[in-house]
Amino acid sequence: MATTVQDAQQAEDKGRKFAGIRTKVSSHLSQNEALVFEKSSPGKKGYKLPTLDVPEVDASAVLGGAVRKDAGCLPELSEIEIIRHFTRLSTWNYAIDLGMYPLGSCTMKYNPRVNEFVSRIEGIAEAHPYQPESLSQGALKVIRQLQDCLLDITGMDAITLQPAAGAHGEFTGILLVRAYHQSKGNPRRKILIPDSAHGTNPATAAQCGYEVQNLKSNALGMVDLAALEQMVDEDTAALMLTNPSTIGVFEAEIHKVAEILHAKGALLYMDGANMNALVGKTRPGDFGVDVMHLNLHKTFSTPHGGGGPGSGPVACKKMLEPFLPTPIVEKAPDGSLRFNYDRPQSVGRVRMFYGNFGMFVRALAYILANGPDGLRQTTEDAVLNANYIRKNLEDTLELPFKTPTLHEVCFSDRRQAAKGIKTGDMAKRLIDYGFHPYTVSFPHIVSGALMIEPTESESVEELDLFIDAMKQIAREAEENPELILSAPHATRISRLDEVGAARRPVLRWKPKAE
Amino acid sequence: MRYLPKSPAEREEMLRQIGVESINDLFSTIPAEYRLNRDLCVPRQMAESEIIEYFKAAAAETANGYASFLGAGAYRHYRPVIIDSLVQRGEFLTSYTPYQAEITQGTLQAIFEFQTMICELTGMEIANASMYDGSTGAAEAMMMAVRITGRREVLAAETVHPEYREVMRTYAQHQGLPATRIGYGVDGRIDMGQLAEKLNEDTACVVVQSPNFFGIVEDIPAIAELTHSKGAMLIVSIAEAVSLGIMRPPAEADIVSMEAQSFGVALSYGGPYCGVIASKEKYLRQMPGRLCGETTDSEGRRGFVLTLATREQHIRREKATSNICTNQALVALMATIFLTVYGKEGIRELALQNLAKAQYAAQALSGAPGVKLLFAGTPRFHEFVLQTEESADELSARLLEHKIIGGLSLKKWYPELGNATLWCATELNKREEIDRAAVVVTAQAETISNAQQARSTTYNNKSFSGICF
Amino acid sequence: MAYPTTYRYTKEHEWIEVEGKTGRIGITDHAQGSLGDIVFVDIPKVGASVQAGKVFGSVESVKAVSDLYSPVTGTVTAVNEDLITAPEKINTDAHGSWIIKVELSNAAEVETLLDSAAYEKFVTEETGH
Repeated sequence: MATTVQDAQQAEDKGRKFAGIRTKVSSHLSQNEALVFEKSSPGKKGYKLPTLDVPEVDASAVLGGAVRKDAGCLPELSEIEIIRHFTRLSTWNYAIDLGMYPLGSCTMKYNPRVNEFVSRIEGIAEAHPYQPESLSQGALKVIRQLQDCLLDITGMDAITLQPAAGAHGEFTGILLVRAYHQSKGNPRRKILIPDSAHGTNPATAAQCGYEVQNLKSNALGMVDLAALEQMVDEDTAALMLTNPSTIGVFEAEIHKVAEILHAKGALLYMDGANMNALVGKTRPGDFGVDVMHLNLHKTFSTPHGGGGPGSGPVACKKMLEPFLPTPIVEKAPDGSLRFNYDRPQSVGRVRMFYGNFGMFVRALAYILANGPDGLRQTTEDAVLNANYIRKNLEDTLELPFKTPTLHEVCFSDRRQAAKGIKTGDMAKRLIDYGFHPYTVSFPHIVSGALMIEPTESESVEELDLFIDAMKQIAREAEENPELILSAPHATRISRLDEVGAARRPVLRWKPKAE
Repeated sequence: MRYLPKSPAEREEMLRQIGVESINDLFSTIPAEYRLNRDLCVPRQMAESEIIEYFKAAAAETANGYASFLGAGAYRHYRPVIIDSLVQRGEFLTSYTPYQAEITQGTLQAIFEFQTMICELTGMEIANASMYDGSTGAAEAMMMAVRITGRREVLAAETVHPEYREVMRTYAQHQGLPATRIGYGVDGRIDMGQLAEKLNEDTACVVVQSPNFFGIVEDIPAIAELTHSKGAMLIVSIAEAVSLGIMRPPAEADIVSMEAQSFGVALSYGGPYCGVIASKEKYLRQMPGRLCGETTDSEGRRGFVLTLATREQHIRREKATSNICTNQALVALMATIFLTVYGKEGIRELALQNLAKAQYAAQALSGAPGVKLLFAGTPRFHEFVLQTEESADELSARLLEHKIIGGLSLKKWYPELGNATLWCATELNKREEIDRAAVVVTAQAETISNAQQARSTTYNNKSFSGICF
Repeated sequence: MAYPTTYRYTKEHEWIEVEGKTGRIGITDHAQGSLGDIVFVDIPKVGASVQAGKVFGSVESVKAVSDLYSPVTGTVTAVNEDLITAPEKINTDAHGSWIIKVELSNAAEVETLLDSAAYEKFVTEETGH
């Protein structure tokens, strides 16, 4: 009987670098590829411009001293080389399309291909932001439709789609808070932020001119109501809260949090990073949130693209609506849609044009593909998957907070750390088993955190492979910690010298001196 | 639901293993009064074919099939086909920020190539991995200058894209930074006299755009000299990246803030685009955004990592250089592929074609009495301002009848220019459509002119300024 | 690691060695150990004034930033330029790698700082071993 590649791989694993066996992956070759500049040679071309149908001009005559003599070291390659260059680079990446991407709080879910298709339809892809509104009705309808969907999903009253990403949404949301307080005579001075928060929260508050006050979590990793009550005063502008929290727990007393804030005139800002746990099951607008942002690149399936683009709509309650960035989309008396720029109380623009429209198209396509039933099932499956992992790994890894969790689960490396194996080491080892690592060492309230968010996109088969890999790594931690400490072993390159990179930064390629 | 990889039986089995009766038991921490007990009010679930129909219907209600002369910060350039084939590879499209360097070398090497290309084009020493867009990039550059100089005041030329200035104002006002607008002269360039007058010991930076909003090339060396003489920093914003193919880099600037949309990025009704900040090495620690650096692995092989992360929000939190996290990585990849396709020679040839088309268009469109090419004597790239006797709205309406989208009305931002429109011609504007537009513009202009006798234009020689940019 | 008895220490893990009216300031071996590989030192300019107990700069590892607190009030008279190109010197020799020299404006402040025995005891208590 013929042996499969998988059998052979497993036999090999047994002998060498694995205490157990890898089921998900086999080793395979990857192509080497130099930097594009190193492949360049003068005279090669990857382009052909159309024949110029107007008279040629002398650039020096037109531009005078501003004319450029030389475009520097830009590469010169043919089309096949360009295709191979970037295709080879692509094969060095891990991606959702290859397997589970359990990064907690990042919501790495499937990115549907129809989203990409519809965003490239001519008329959408080629629409100029300044084309007349009469010739933009389709685009405006997409904006309006997405806004309506997001408003019902969040339970809020008004929305802007202008912010370009989550952190930009936070910036916009906190500006709304500021403008609101300012309209009452005093912008107030400080923003409260739990110690479990994403780093963007305090950075945002500072960027909006606020002082950050750290709110300690209680023993369950939740908002400490007594501490909150003590800290909130007439100088508190808002609390920035992630719900469910960064350990995946729903703030059960969220309404009390809101009450405490509102009693002093402060507002409740919700970081919507973890909205994938709530869509169709509960609405922030109903549980006391005044303003929040969404991440279309998390909850609504627009691709992460290796770091962006994102889109960070901000939804708010009625009293914050006058302050939304300009312009907003509204219905004209004749029923057509148009932009309204006449917003005297607006915080101003946070971005040119109207936001990352291409992302709106993709997010709306996702919502249409799901419908109300699909969106609810999606949330339920995301929570089901996370709890399945929790159940199957709670004997292997330390679970610092026993509170029921929603869409993600946060373990700690306490048991393995006793053997000198930390969360970051196990994360690197997970790569050898064919998975992207989970979120490492975040949130800071858990020492040695392993934060795992499977999303709804994983099948039982993939979840079981992940669970199996984590168990094998835990076994290796007992039996052969060295294997883990020097991981990854199966990648093109081994651990990189990050210290050297930071001490003597090399941030661009330079031609060799002749 | 076709995106969900589970059968009902599998769900039941998972619940059994977890030890709960029903899925709602897993949501028990949500207080009952806040649980949503109805369907969301969103459209019903659609088939893929229906989704495509929906968006095709929306697309049909846009400007399909029109010739366009719009620019003003969003430019129509040809996008080589391979850009979309490559960026739609799942390994690029569906990968996360490359924090785990061992399995994201593809993205990292591409970012490193992007940073190198931006440095070459802008004449700067360092460039980041991208910002949201040109407008927020300009605002972040302004904040960077405030941090570096320890000064507070920001001067911005009125010829910087008006929406960039609005964004900068939003960022500045909540930091309490005084913002002053510097007007322009009769040549369409920043008013140097006024700049000299407004520069002072508290000026953190001067922000100019080149080519500026009118398409005019600013005299960067002269502006730099004046700015630096007062110890302020010069930020050059570039909205039309293709101009760098034929224009000398603003090497005298301290920070270059650029919009790279022109490098192969779809117009997409205004986004996603691709901002980027480039600067001098000595300002490295004050750069916002991600940076990719070269290093080696334990066996000495070259590799790339995100580096100098201590500037960023996930480490420095409220003391970070910016709150930016997600950037425009995939769009930066589009730009990298675009620049690889055109390369050293192609980018120059492309820029030259744009220059030629705009020269031709400016001449053709301003040929009639009653139509005036403003700032005619000043060097410009591929945009130009026409002043007409006819109002911009009337002109636009007549052009639309001929399936032409004419220049953008400047009335909202520059009322002092009268009936002014901003036109752009790129390599995609065929001579035939330029000629067609010229016939429409000229025909009416001649009618008006003949009927009313050409009056002198309303534009006068004063320079314009205000208290705020 | 022995903490020089001629130095004085802060609870924020800086040391100072005073000679006449001038003090040399650095971070302790314990501090460099808990920070890990140091990749960058943010040093003030000569002529800058520093205040006792206030931040005057920072040291960075790849994934952490630690503020530097001045043990004394005074004016920076010299900075250790070597650390700009070779910050790793703090890792190899923390007590020999001064960061700034300060002319003291109030010598009495030094007396309020920990001596080596007290600092060592503080570190032991803080780390629990």
